[in-house]
Amino acid sequence: MNSPLAHPALFHLGPVPITAGVVVTWAIMTILVIGAKLATRNLSLHPGRLQAALELIVETLDSQIRDTMRVEPGPYRGFIGTLFAFIFIANWSTLIPGVEPPTAHLETDAALALLVFLAVIYYGVQAGGVRGYLGSFATPTPLMIPLNFIESLTRTFSLLVRLFGNVMSGVFVVGIVLSLAGLLVPIPLMALDLLTGAVQAYIFATLAMVFIASAVSESRDATEPQQPRTPS
Amino acid sequence: MNWLSAISIICATVAVSFGAIGPALAEGRAVAAAMDAIARQPESANTISRTLFVGLAMIETMAIYCLVIALLLLFANPLLK
Repeated sequence: MNSPLAHPALFHLGPVPITAGVVVTWAIMTILVIGAKLATRNLSLHPGRLQAALELIVETLDSQIRDTMRVEPGPYRGFIGTLFAFIFIANWSTLIPGVEPPTAHLETDAALALLVFLAVIYYGVQAGGVRGYLGSFATPTPLMIPLNFIESLTRTFSLLVRLFGNVMSGVFVVGIVLSLAGLLVPIPLMALDLLTGAVQAYIFATLAMVFIASAVSESRDATEPQQPRTPS
Repeated sequence: MNWLSAISIICATVAVSFGAIGPALAEGRAVAAAMDAIARQPESANTISRTLFVGLAMIETMAIYCLVIALLLLFANPLLK
């Protein structure tokens, strides 16, 4: 049985080995970019069917961001929406025969988690400046600096391991059942995989929102002096 | 098969089986509490289920860690190379 941690190279681009997961990632990126370009080409105030469907998706995304982060969704819509769309399509790409979802590879998930890690720093610095962001590590007391620092690393790691573990274990279980029981038997498991894939995309996007929101609000609190609370 | 790989296989099984106990109990408690809350306040079901999903993902990570350790033992064991 093939190891789920090692992936043979499909071909070499100069000195860089290209695996099947990278090719699938490129395909998904192309589909997303070209699809988004084509779908938003003729926007009008009287939306047709396609535009109405797209607006429904964006509205749902906006309301989710507003509910979770309790801020206006404008600056975060692009990042969170792209994360969700990519992971969702990547998890469901297992529906195409012969395609293994790229999120079942540790490297893709590491790249996505690294993006979230960098986005937390970016939005934190944007909200409160470098001083405010670094100051947010010293809340509530400077004693917490090592713990807060470790937390920001471990939660990125757990983001990566969670997505990898869920998607990879689904692919793995289907492979084992297929080799033991034969054709058509693993279909219920594959249906379960689709559910898991959708839930994991939602959870990844939600956790990215939660991390960014906490960094933004803490950086903002660290720059502004504590105002005495007036009883309302 | 030498004794090191035999112990690795046993340890991988033990890691997954015992690592699944804690998260299973915890997820059961979390879902039960969420059901209770939704039964009391059906109007806040949206918020509760969203928080429940995020919380379940957090709890589930513990079991996934055990799975990853088991896979490392089976497929990327540094002692067997």
